[in-house]
Amino acid sequence: MEELINKLKKEVIEQLNLEDISPDDVNPDLPLFGEGLGLDSIDALELIVLLEKNYGLKIEDPKDGKKIFYSIRSMAEYITEHKKA
Amino acid sequence: MERTNVFIARDNVITSLGFTTDETIRKIKNNIVGFKPCTDRSISSSSIPLSLVDTHQLDELFQRTVEIFRPDNRKIRYTRLEKLFILSIYDSVNEMPAGIFGPETQLILSTTKGNIDLLEEEKKKLYEPQRVFLWRFAEVIRQFFGFENRPQVISNACISGVLALSHASRMIQSGLCENAVVCGGDIISEFVVSGFTSFQALSPEPCKPFDISRNGLSLGEGCGTMVLTSSPQKYSATNIIIAGSATSNDANHISGPSRTGEELAMAIGNALKESGCEAGDVSFVSAHGTATLYNDEMESKALSLAGLQEVPVNSFKGYWGHTLGGAGLIESVATVRSALDNILFRSAGFTNPGVPESINVIQQHTIAAVNNCLKIASGFGGCNAAIVYRKQNSMQ
Amino acid sequence: MKNELLLTHWCLIRNNQVVTDDKVENVTEIFSTFAGFLKALYKKEQISYPKFYKMDSLSKLGFLTSEKVLKESHVLDHYRNEEIGIIIFNSSASLETDIEYQKTIQDKSNYFPSPSVFVYTLPNIVIGEICIRHQIKGENAFFITEKFDAGLILNNVACLMESGRIKACLCGWIDVLEDNYESVLFVIENGSSVAVDEDQAAKGSKLTGRTLNNIYYNNGE
Repeated sequence: MEELINKLKKEVIEQLNLEDISPDDVNPDLPLFGEGLGLDSIDALELIVLLEKNYGLKIEDPKDGKKIFYSIRSMAEYITEHKKA
Repeated sequence: MERTNVFIARDNVITSLGFTTDETIRKIKNNIVGFKPCTDRSISSSSIPLSLVDTHQLDELFQRTVEIFRPDNRKIRYTRLEKLFILSIYDSVNEMPAGIFGPETQLILSTTKGNIDLLEEEKKKLYEPQRVFLWRFAEVIRQFFGFENRPQVISNACISGVLALSHASRMIQSGLCENAVVCGGDIISEFVVSGFTSFQALSPEPCKPFDISRNGLSLGEGCGTMVLTSSPQKYSATNIIIAGSATSNDANHISGPSRTGEELAMAIGNALKESGCEAGDVSFVSAHGTATLYNDEMESKALSLAGLQEVPVNSFKGYWGHTLGGAGLIESVATVRSALDNILFRSAGFTNPGVPESINVIQQHTIAAVNNCLKIASGFGGCNAAIVYRKQNSMQ
Repeated sequence: MKNELLLTHWCLIRNNQVVTDDKVENVTEIFSTFAGFLKALYKKEQISYPKFYKMDSLSKLGFLTSEKVLKESHVLDHYRNEEIGIIIFNSSASLETDIEYQKTIQDKSNYFPSPSVFVYTLPNIVIGEICIRHQIKGENAFFITEKFDAGLILNNVACLMESGRIKACLCGWIDVLEDNYESVLFVIENGSSVAVDEDQAAKGSKLTGRTLNNIYYNNGE
């Protein structure tokens, strides 16, 4: 899981153009939206693209997005769970 | 100093519903809407509702027009968008005195993406690379008609059409020109469909502006033209003038609208003030009404802030979708027809109210005195625009 | 009756040079890419605005040019946010980013349309970014012309000022295509506005097409 979390941190930083942020700055348990990284609605859409592009996972209902993208860890958990299936 | 009045002399719209304003209005009166599920895999792999102009009719009508008006150009290849613009302008200026092509006329075009389909590999080979530039596209249109002055092009997201009309009216009022031919449009392309899909903004069924179950916009293509003049007698104009207009910016987010609607309300207020109208004088509002959750919510707030909660309002997008750079023109023409025919048109797609502020959505076609009308629009980049059309008692 | 318009400040960026009100900034490094130049200028100005990195190159260029000129100008302090307008012209619209977006949909076997790129496929987004940064809410418009046209800029600003709707206007040209980029932004104010003090009125030059052309053609070589 930790390996996936570290990989995800780098991918999120790259996909969302968070240039002045390094993976060490990102706490995997803190919310991605609201405070912290200050992500917005377009970032949320890009995360959906990231999941599909890098992990082949398509989110059918965008309303699930809130749970899945809550934090880096919740993203990692979603990926781990759905890749097994 | 007395202000010059800017009269509307002619108009045309081309949509999925027809190639003339009369045709489109006739269909609206008969409650016909223009959506069909997408079957063109080169545009989208899903069967989302699209409002497309009939290609066969478009090409046939265009060929005939070239033969009549510009037979020397019969061997020139024109893009889909160029055909739409040319046909729309032709239908408007046809049978006008030849002076309309002269030095006193300014051609103003509005489009969000122009010939964007020319970025596709297969289409690239068919045209010179420059054709994708909007100034080049505008020159093609100018050349077809022989307009003397260099055209002006506005590309300002979904307010482009209203902005073009606002700009044209200011130019006429400043004395920079006597007439303006204002044309706005956009085509449906894979570029745009895929983009809005990535935004999850498209509804799986025909859009439902202001409705509680609305879930996104539906795309449409088309073109609208208005010929404006400060010499109503010379050009046998209608008695409808552009009485005021304004734009503003939310300064909030580049794709999401303001949550308060204050800035759109400010543009509305400014346009009304310029036109000498109060909120109570407005007979009808043609809203932007894209049927996305946030736009319609914001617009209801803006209308309420501007004191327009009671005024009959509709969104024309329920008939022919969101035509982007064409919306401001096409919907303005329909708005002016509302005034000329004294009819309030039903807001297609609406059944149950679903916006935070209670607004007066028109639920069936209604005969009513329609004198002062407001057309509003908002777009990506946080822009808003408002324009007031007024029926004059005399041509002064 | 037309009020006199005054050009009070301007900034031009071209060929890795930044010229603000005739002051040329020393460019001590050579940048191998336009993207590198933009990033270096952002850092040099010590701006802290993470959204900058999400912008496309047209918006980044416009953002930086407006940062420079608005730093010199007092318009943000003297006028209400709805009294300031923004009018921008260019030749390429958003073509640079259109091409980038097209790449995300061209290959059907690698088909990932990007919403963060798509949003920038409209030229007026640069106006939106400037408005958000400085809370400017007045009249705004984006025009396309083949070349820089001082007369057209002048007429459009004059039209808007005449309507009384705005008292100051940030206007000019911001264009990016492949490795070619240039931007010039002018701050134009209504000469009879109380915000333009005697000192500024003396320094500011009366607005003519020639003034704008001189600035555009004679700087950033």
